[in-house]
Amino acid sequence: MDPVNVNYVQEALDAFTDKEVYIHLETTNGAYASHHNERFFSAGAYFRNAKITYERAKMTGAGPYRVGLKIPYGWVYAEGITHYEIDSKGRILLAGHDFDGKLAVALQISETPFE
Amino acid sequence: MEKERQVLVVFPHPDDEAFGVSGTIASHVNMGTPVTYACLTLGEMGRNMGNPPFANRETLPNIRKKELKEAARVLGISDLRMLGYRDKTVEFEDPNKLIAEITAMIDELNPSLVITFYPGYSVHPDHDATGAAVVSAIGKLPAAKRPKLHCVAFSNNCVDELGEADVVHDVSAVADKKFDAIKAHQSQTQLMMAGMAEGLKQQDPEVMARLNYERFWTYKY
Repeated sequence: MDPVNVNYVQEALDAFTDKEVYIHLETTNGAYASHHNERFFSAGAYFRNAKITYERAKMTGAGPYRVGLKIPYGWVYAEGITHYEIDSKGRILLAGHDFDGKLAVALQISETPFE
Repeated sequence: MEKERQVLVVFPHPDDEAFGVSGTIASHVNMGTPVTYACLTLGEMGRNMGNPPFANRETLPNIRKKELKEAARVLGISDLRMLGYRDKTVEFEDPNKLIAEITAMIDELNPSLVITFYPGYSVHPDHDATGAAVVSAIGKLPAAKRPKLHCVAFSNNCVDELGEADVVHDVSAVADKKFDAIKAHQSQTQLMMAGMAEGLKQQDPEVMARLNYERFWTYKY
């Protein structure tokens, strides 16, 4: 993955506008957060292969970045995005890595389901 | 360490075998005991991607599969089984399905020793769910037919509630293999290895103890 280039990512997001796509959305502190610090409240969620169609997509912020996808009855949102990759299958992989390089958030968009 | 007929190790993630039990595995292999390692998932949801990241969410499973095979090769594990569950979802699966799979492996392999996580004392929900399924599978066997069950525990309350581990293996004779097994899981251990290599050089007692000793709690039914 490479550090976010807003123009490249925005262009890739725009290309999926009004198409049926699958998303993987994830946030995590890791399963060990509360083990290493018992006062840390661990929370996370992921949704793999939600099928959506968005009418508008925007990446914004000064880095780490935020992404919002406007869908017919709501929104998909992620913050903390630091890296991107358009992989060999044409999928948009966005991730936020924390100060140790560990994944903290991911938003991925694909025209075919993720394996 | 007692010589076993067959060892069965059941953990959910590639690298679970490396930290706490790879010295024990290597020691059994050295004694000529066949070791089967059943690894439930490919650690698909791992957070470590390398720094700078060389893996991503979608390439990670294949990278970790290769790392797992390399760790198994380093340790001399003759029978590596990947059960195809998904990281972070083991606790949500039908427990009877997993229990049946473990029962089938026990029937097939007839192990004298099974190693897994101690349910409730192993921090990660996948660890606890895996341990619980192994405990149930063995518990269904008549008492006289049960293999020994050694559990790894590392929650902050494990010694308070379980007492000190009753089985402690000195694995210093195979510490190099253990070091290589940990190193094989490069995507997950890159950061840690730098610290560990430095600790070894300085003979840091904490690092030495972690490498040289492995502790287990015998599960009592």
